[in-house]
Amino acid sequence: MYAYDELDRTLINERVTEFRDQVKRRLSGELTEDEFKMLRLQNGVYLQLHAYMFRVAIPYGTLSSKQLRALAHVARRYDRGYGHFTTRQNIQFNWIKLAELPDALADLAEVGIHAMQTSGNNTRNVTSDQWAGVAPGEVEDPRIWSELLRQYTTLHPEFSFLPRKFKFAITASDHDRAAIKVHDIGLRLYRNEAGETGFEVLVGGGLGRTPFIGKTIKPFVHGHDLLSYVEAILRVYNQYGRRDNIYKARIKILVHELGIEKFAKEVEEEWLQMRDSALAIDDSVIEDIRSRFSYPAYEKLPHMPEELKKAAHDPHFEAWRKNSVAPHKVTGYSIVTLSLKPVGGPPGDATADQMDAIADLADKYSFGEIRVGHEQNLALPHVARRDLPVLWKALDRIGVATPNVNLVSDIIACPGLDYCSLANARSIPIAQELTRRFANHETANMIGRLHVNISGCINACGHHHVGHIGILGVEKNGEEFYQITIGGRADEKAEVGTLIGPAVPYGEVADVVEDIVEAYLALRARPDELFIDTVKRLGVEPFKERVYATR
Amino acid sequence: MPLVKGGKITTDPLVHVADEADIPGEGAILISAARFLEDAEALSLRAGRTAVIWPNNRDVDDLVPYLGRLAAVALVFPTFRDGRAYSQARLLRERHGFKGELRATGQVLRDQFIFMLRAGFDAFEVKKDSDAEAFAATVKRYSVFYQPTGDGRITALHRRMQLRHSESAGQ
Amino acid sequence: MTSPLEQKKIRITGPSMVTANRTWDGVVIYRTARQGWSADLSDAAIVRTSDEARALLAESIADDVGAIGAYIAPVEIKDSGKIKPGNLREHIRSEGVTIDLPVPA
Repeated sequence: MYAYDELDRTLINERVTEFRDQVKRRLSGELTEDEFKMLRLQNGVYLQLHAYMFRVAIPYGTLSSKQLRALAHVARRYDRGYGHFTTRQNIQFNWIKLAELPDALADLAEVGIHAMQTSGNNTRNVTSDQWAGVAPGEVEDPRIWSELLRQYTTLHPEFSFLPRKFKFAITASDHDRAAIKVHDIGLRLYRNEAGETGFEVLVGGGLGRTPFIGKTIKPFVHGHDLLSYVEAILRVYNQYGRRDNIYKARIKILVHELGIEKFAKEVEEEWLQMRDSALAIDDSVIEDIRSRFSYPAYEKLPHMPEELKKAAHDPHFEAWRKNSVAPHKVTGYSIVTLSLKPVGGPPGDATADQMDAIADLADKYSFGEIRVGHEQNLALPHVARRDLPVLWKALDRIGVATPNVNLVSDIIACPGLDYCSLANARSIPIAQELTRRFANHETANMIGRLHVNISGCINACGHHHVGHIGILGVEKNGEEFYQITIGGRADEKAEVGTLIGPAVPYGEVADVVEDIVEAYLALRARPDELFIDTVKRLGVEPFKERVYATR
Repeated sequence: MPLVKGGKITTDPLVHVADEADIPGEGAILISAARFLEDAEALSLRAGRTAVIWPNNRDVDDLVPYLGRLAAVALVFPTFRDGRAYSQARLLRERHGFKGELRATGQVLRDQFIFMLRAGFDAFEVKKDSDAEAFAATVKRYSVFYQPTGDGRITALHRRMQLRHSESAGQ
Repeated sequence: MTSPLEQKKIRITGPSMVTANRTWDGVVIYRTARQGWSADLSDAAIVRTSDEARALLAESIADDVGAIGAYIAPVEIKDSGKIKPGNLREHIRSEGVTIDLPVPA
C-alpha cells in the first residue's frame, strides 16, 4: 500500500478547499452551470436521473482498511448506506447532495482519498491488475508505475482540458487482468533481453460507440522514458484530437484516422525533442516511490496447514475455496476474491455495514489491505492459507462468499436506466434475473468460466463489447430491447464480440442467455473447453441458429 | 474586460487593431495571425512593437521565426474547455524560448488561472471583473505540484528527494 | 429512452412537462405554472403545443441557480386528471429505481 506523505495530503486538502469555493460560487449564482459543470466533473460529480452521483478514486484499486471505513462513513452520512464498485476500480455513491460534497470530500481527505479527475476530459484513474504485488510470476509490482503516472497526471496544467476523457491501464503479468488493450494508453511492463525494465505501449483502445483494440505504438519504452513518452502522446492528442464531435473525440479515433504508423511518427518527433527533459525518471525517483509502498511481513507458513486439511471435509468451504481462492507468490498465502454478485443482488454493490465488516476482516487476515477489481469484486490480497476456513465463515456471514467468481453469474453491469441519465435501458434487473437462473453452483461450475457483461447504453460502461456474452440495452419505440454479442474478451487476447442477431425485448434476455449456454454445452468439444474457445472454434452461426430458431 | 498582468489589474498597453482597420504608424498593437503573416517581416520590425493573436488550431511553428521581435503573443481559449492553447503556450515558452508576454484570451476564468500560469501565460484578458479581482488570492490555492513545467516550480517528487538527502546528510 | 439531454428541435407529440434536478441536492423537480419548481409531479405545468413547450423550457433554463439539466418530457394524463410519467425514464425519476435498494430507504 502506498503511503501518502505531507505533500500528497496537502494537495488533496488544497483541492477540497478549491472545490468548496467553487460549490459556494455555484450555489450563489456567481458560476453558471455551463462554467461549473466541467469543474464538478473534474471532482467526480455527475448529474444522474434522480440525484447527483459521486465517483471517488481508488488509485489502481488499492485500499487500506481505514480508507474502506471512510467510504462506509460517506455511504452512511451522505448517501443511502451503500456504494457501487465500478469497472475502473472506483466507487460510486448515487444519492449525494452537491451542497454536502465538500464535507464528504474533506472527510475522505483525512484518509488520503480524493475524487480528482474521476470524470471530465482529463486523465482518469490509472487502473491496474487487482492482484498486483502478489500475483505469482509478475515481473514487478505495476502499482509503482501506476502511482508515478497518477502523480504525473494529477492536475497537469497542459492536459486538464483534453478533447475527451483519457484512460490508462497497466499490467505486469502474462495474463492481463487490467484489460490494457481497451484503454487509451495500455502499458505492459516487462524486462527486455538486456534486463531493463520497460513497457510495451499501446494506444487507441477503447469501447463505447466505436470499439477498438489498442495498437502497439512502441514495443519497448524504457522505464526512464515513460513520462516523457506519455507526455508526447498526450500533447499530440491535445492538439490534434477532434473537438468538433464528442463521438469522435477519443484518441482511438485520431489513431484510426491517421493510421498507427503516422500517429507513432508524430509522437516520436515530439518525443525526441523532450525525452531528456525534466521528465526523465531517475532510478532514485522510482526507488523513492517503491519505498513508500509497504509490503507485509509475511511469515514462513506451510502450503497445507492443519486448519485447511480439517476444513476440506466441508463441501461448502471446498466449493468456495476452489472458486474464490487464487495462488499467491508467497508460499502459505493466498489471494481471496470477495464476490459482490450475490444471487438476486445488484452486481458490484456493497453496503456500509459490509464495508466495515470487510475492513475488520482485512485487518485480521490481510494486513489491512483490500483490492478492487474491474470485474466489480473485491479481493483480500494477503490471506494466510491457515486462515481460509475461519475467514470463509465470516465472509459468508456478510454475504460476500458466493462461489461464483468468473462464472456465468459473476456479471459485470453498469448501473443502467435505474440510475444513469445516459442509459437507454435497465441493466441491473437483467443481471439479477441471470443470477437467479444460474444460481445452482454445480450448474455454474459445469458451465465453467463465462463472463457476461451488460451495458445500458452504447457508452459501454459495462464493457459489453469484451464480454464472452455481451448485452447492450437499446431503445425501440419506447421499449427496452437488448442486442446480444458473443466472443468478446478483455485480456491479452482481447477481441470485440460479434452480434448474433436482432435485438430482443427485456423479458426474453435471460431466456436468450440460457439458450446460448445450452448451445455451448451441446457443442463444446470437451467439458473443459471454455465457452470463449468454443465460440472461437465454431463462430457465431450455431449459437445464432439456436437462439433465433423460435424467435 | 480587465487585463491582469503581474498579478494585478492593469491597463492594456496593446491596442487591438481589427483586420479591416489601418495599422497605426506607432504604438503597440495586437493583430490577428492572418493579418500578421501577410507582411510578417515588416510588421515584426515596427518600432511601435507588434503583438499577434495566434489561433488555437494552428501550429505555432509558423510564428517561431518572429518570436524574438514580438511584443506579445496572445493565445485563445474559445471556451475554457478547449485546452489546445496550454500546449501551444508550453511549446512557445519551453521549446522555443519565448520571453515576451504570453497572453490568455477568450473564455478566461478564475479556475484556470493556475493551469495557465504553469503553462507559461503571464497576462490574462479575464472575462469577469470579480475573477480579475480575485487573481492574487486564487493563485495561492495550491502549493504542491506534481509535474514539471517551465514555470520553475520544484515538483513534489523532487522536494521529497531533497528532503531525503538533507535528512541523510544531517545524520 | 434516448437521452432527452440531446434534444435539439423541440417537437412534442402529446401532453408534456418540463423537468430538471434541483441544483443544491439533485432532487427531481417539475416546472410549475407559477414560475417555480415542485418535487411533486402533480404540480407540473402541462403543455400541449411545441410553442408552449419551448416557452416553458426557456423560462426553466433561465433559472440557472435553482435547477440544472431542464428538458421536456412526456406525461400521461389519466381520465381522472391525474398526471403520470409518460415513459419508463420519467417513471424511474419520479418513483425511484425499479430494484430493491441494498439498504432499505
